[in-house]
Amino acid sequence: MTLYDDLRSMADTEHEKERRYGYCLRVCTAAACVSQHSDSIKKAFDAEVKARGLDEQIQVKGVGCMGLCAAGPLVMIDPVRDNTLGPTLYEKVTVEDVPEIVDALAQKQVVERLERKMDIPFFQRQVRIVLENSGIIDPENVDDYIAADGYQAFSHALTSMSPADVVKEITASGLRGRGGGGYPTGLKWSTVAKASGDVKYVICNADEGDPGAFMDRSVLESDPHRVLEGMCIAAYAIGASKGYVYVRAEYPLAIDRLKTALKQAKRKNLLGHSILNTEFDFDIEIRLGAGAFVCGEETALMASVEGRRGQPRPRPPYPSDHGLWGKPTLVNNVESYANVATILRKGADWFAGIGTEKSKGTKVFALAGQIENTGLIEVPMGVTLREIVYDIGGGTPQGTELKAIQTGGPSGGCIPADLIDLPVDYESLVKAGSFMGSGGMIIIDNTADMVNVAKYFMDFCKSESCGKCIPCRVGTAHMYNLIDKIDRGQATHADLDLLLSLCDLVANTSLCGLGKASPNAILSTLRVFRNEYEAKLLDGHVGAQPEAK
Amino acid sequence: MSEQKTKVTVATVWLDGCSGCHMSLIDMDERLIELAQYIDVVYSPLVDRKDYPEAVDVALVEGAISSSEDLEKIKKIRAHTKILIALGDCAVAANVPSIRNIFKASDILSRGYLENVTAQPQLPNDPTIPTLLPVVRPIHEIVPVDVFVQGCPPSADTIYTVITELLAGRMPVVTELTRPGA
Amino acid sequence: MTAPTRSHIKTLKIDGKDYSGHEEETILDIARQNDLFLPTLCQIDGLSVAGACRLCLVEVKTWNNRLVPACTTHVEEGIEVLTHSERIDNYRRMILELLFSEGNHVCAVCVSNGNCELQALAQKLGMDHVRFPNLRPVRVVDMTHDRFVLDRNRCVLCARCVRVCDEIEGAHTWDITGRGIDARIISDLDTPWGSSDTCTRCGKCVNIYPVGALVEKGSAIGEMVKHHDFLEYIAEMREARE
Repeated sequence: MTLYDDLRSMADTEHEKERRYGYCLRVCTAAACVSQHSDSIKKAFDAEVKARGLDEQIQVKGVGCMGLCAAGPLVMIDPVRDNTLGPTLYEKVTVEDVPEIVDALAQKQVVERLERKMDIPFFQRQVRIVLENSGIIDPENVDDYIAADGYQAFSHALTSMSPADVVKEITASGLRGRGGGGYPTGLKWSTVAKASGDVKYVICNADEGDPGAFMDRSVLESDPHRVLEGMCIAAYAIGASKGYVYVRAEYPLAIDRLKTALKQAKRKNLLGHSILNTEFDFDIEIRLGAGAFVCGEETALMASVEGRRGQPRPRPPYPSDHGLWGKPTLVNNVESYANVATILRKGADWFAGIGTEKSKGTKVFALAGQIENTGLIEVPMGVTLREIVYDIGGGTPQGTELKAIQTGGPSGGCIPADLIDLPVDYESLVKAGSFMGSGGMIIIDNTADMVNVAKYFMDFCKSESCGKCIPCRVGTAHMYNLIDKIDRGQATHADLDLLLSLCDLVANTSLCGLGKASPNAILSTLRVFRNEYEAKLLDGHVGAQPEAK
Repeated sequence: MSEQKTKVTVATVWLDGCSGCHMSLIDMDERLIELAQYIDVVYSPLVDRKDYPEAVDVALVEGAISSSEDLEKIKKIRAHTKILIALGDCAVAANVPSIRNIFKASDILSRGYLENVTAQPQLPNDPTIPTLLPVVRPIHEIVPVDVFVQGCPPSADTIYTVITELLAGRMPVVTELTRPGA
Repeated sequence: MTAPTRSHIKTLKIDGKDYSGHEEETILDIARQNDLFLPTLCQIDGLSVAGACRLCLVEVKTWNNRLVPACTTHVEEGIEVLTHSERIDNYRRMILELLFSEGNHVCAVCVSNGNCELQALAQKLGMDHVRFPNLRPVRVVDMTHDRFVLDRNRCVLCARCVRVCDEIEGAHTWDITGRGIDARIISDLDTPWGSSDTCTRCGKCVNIYPVGALVEKGSAIGEMVKHHDFLEYIAEMREARE
C-alpha cells in the first residue's frame, strides 16, 4: 500500500461520516458571496442547525464558487441519504432567511420565494473540469479534495510514470496556456524539461488583473489544492524542486485559502522532502504582487519574485532556459495547472475529445457587464458566443440589444454583435480581432458608447504601463489624451489619424506584450464602430472612410 | 519697379519670441540685397504696415502662441498665406515661452505684477492688452504649418537656404543645417 | 576524432550585404563594427542592455519582417536584417517625438545644449517638430547634492544612471519608482540625493547620462560636456584582472 492509499483511506473515512447525514447544506464562501456576508450566513446555519438538534441530520459546509455570482449569496441543499427533497438552490439569502430555510428543510419543504430553479441552461450547458469541485468541496479541507480523487494523479505520476511520460501525456492532451496566449502547455513543459541545469523552478501566475476577470481568484478560493497538485505534477515532469505562486495582494481570501492548502499539503507530505515516500522533493512558496498589472507578464513577474522592480525585459532569452535567478523556469497560469491533474487521471484522449481541433478542453469565463447571469462559467472550447451570452448568460438585462462582447481584457478587443455565432476558440477570436485572454468576458449592450469603452481600456493601459520603454510609457499617455479629446467632442480627423499612427507605433515597437496589445481596444472598436468615433469629431463624417481590415 | 508683380511676397511675423530669429534674418547681411531682387517684404516688424495683407506667398513666423492676440494673428496669417514657415524653436516647439506652462497664467501675472512689485501693484486691466492663454503652444497646434525651421535662433545660413530653396520651387528640408537649440 | 557539428560563427545579411558575427554578438555589435549607423539611447557599451528605448529596432526580413531591438538580438545564421526603411525611420522619429513631448526638452536653455545625445539624434533622424502636445508633467528637481543636479524634467528614463551606479560603481544609489508616465528616478528610498549614504560622489551617473538631466553644478548653457570613456577603461581593467 502506498502512502497515498493511506491518505485516501483516511479521507474516505472522513467522507463516510458525511454519508450519514440526511442533507448537505452548502454555503458559498467565495469572495462574491462573502462580500454579501455569506460567512455570517454560514455561522447562522451552524447555530440554527445545532440549536434545533438537527446537527446529526444536516451537515453545514462552506464551499467555493457555484458560478451564479449575480444571485449570491447562494446556498445549495443536496440530499445525501434522505431523498425526499431534490437538490435545491437558494439565491440572495440573508442571515434573516436562515431560520426559515432550516424550518422548511426540517419539514422537507422548499422556501419558494428564495428558490432558484436549476433546470436552466446556466447549469445544464456547462462542462466542468477546472471547476468540477467548485461549490462542492470545502476548499479549506484537504481531505475533501483527496476524497474527490485529489492528489491521485500526482501520486500516480510519482510512482508509475516517468517525467517524460507526464510531459507526453500533457502534450497529447492538446492543453494550451489558459493565461491568454494559448501556447501549447506540453511544448512549454518539454522545453523546460530539456533545459540544462540542476535547479529549476515552477511558477504559477495568479496575478489576474484584467478588468472584469475573476476566474483564477475563484479557482484559488474554491479549490486551491487542484492548483497545487498541477504545480506538483509539473515540477515532477520538468525536474523542479521549488515553486512559487505569484498571487496579487488584492486577493486576500484566495491567499488565505492557498496558505491553508500549503500547510495541509505539507502536513500530509504532499509537499516537502521525499514526497509520498518517493525521492521527489518539492516545495511551494507564495509571493504577493503589489498591484502592478504588468507583473502578469512573465519576465516582469520573475523580476518581482526576485525582489526587483517588476518590469519586463526583452525575450529571448526565454524563461524556459533563463528564468528565475537565471535558472530554467516554467510559468503557467492558474487555470492551466488546474487542468493538469484531471488530464492525468482521465487520460489525454478524454481531454482531447472535448473542444475543437486546435483548442482542446474547456475554458472558464467570467461573465460581466450587461448580462443577466453575471458569474463564472466553464464551457467546452468551440461553443458559440451566442450560447454563452443568450443560453448560459441569459441575455442582456431588460432584453436590450447586444452591441459587442469584449474579451481578453485590456489587451483584447471588442467583438461586434453580428459575430455572435463565432465559435469561442483561440484562432477564431484572434481572427475576429480580439483574443482569448485569461477569460474575462464583458457584455456590452446598445446603451454603451464604444468610444467611451475604448477610453476606459486605454486609461487602464496607460496607468498600468511600467514606464520602461518609450512607446508604451509616453505613447499610451498620448493615446489616452487623444481618445479623451475625441470623446469630449474636441478632436478632428487629423487627431484621429495621429491616434491611428500612434496605435501602429505602440503595437509594433513596444517591449512587452502589454504595450504591444494596448492599442487593441481602440483598433477593434474603430474597425466596427468607426461611425461612433466620427460622430464625435468636430469635422464630422468626411465621405466614406476606408475601413481598416 | 515694373517687375514688382513677379516678386514673391514675404511676411515676417514676431509673436511670443525674443526677436532673435529676426536678428538672424538680418544677419544674412549682403544676401538681403540679393534676395530683394526676388522677394518683397510686405509685412514685418521691420516694415511700416499694420494690417496683414490679403494674400502673402510666404510667411516666416517667429514665436510661440501665448496670448489672445497671437492666437488671432496666427489664424489670420494662415488664412491669408500660401506657405507658412515656423521659424525658430518658439514657433516650432513653444521653447522658452512654454516653460511657464507648469504654472497657471493667473499665478504668473500675480507674481509679476503684485507679489514682486512695491510701487502701485496692480494687474494689467486695460482691454487693449492681450490676455495670456492658459497654455503656450507651438504654431502647428493651432494651424497647419508647411515648413519647420528649428534653432534658437536658426542661423542666417539656414534662413537663407530656406528662402532660396522656396524661390527655386522646392520645399526646404533643413534638419541637416539646424537643430533644436542650435 | 568526431567531426565538429556546429559553428559559432554566423553569417547574415544587413541591408543586403553579407557580414559575419560570433553567436555571442548582437546585430548592433555587427553594425557598429562595420560602421553602419543605428540610433541608440539606452544602450551603452560596458553596461547591461535594457532594450528600453526601442530606437535601434531593425526589421528582420527572414522573421516575417518582425522588428527586434538590435542591442538585444543575437546574430543567427542566414537572417536578413534591414537597418533603415521608411517604416523604421518613421517609427524612430515618432519615438523621439514622444520623448520630446514627455518633459522639458527645451534645448535653448539646457547646460547640455550641443553635447546631448537626444538633441543629436533628433537632428540626425530628421525630427523637425513634435506632433504631440507636451505633457507638461511637474517633476521635482533635486539640487540637494553639493556637486550635482538631477533635473527630472529633462530625464529620458534610459536608466543608464541606475545601471552604472549598480553595475560599475556598486553603490545602487539610483533606482526607478512609479509607473508609466509617472515613473521617475529616485536616489535611495526616494530621499534627497544630498543626504544619500550610498552615493560615493563618483559622478559616473552624471557623465554617462545622455541628456542634461544629471549635470554638474555651476555649468552654464552648453557647458556640460560628458565623458564616458571611463567605462571602456574599467571594463578593460576588469577583464585584465580576471
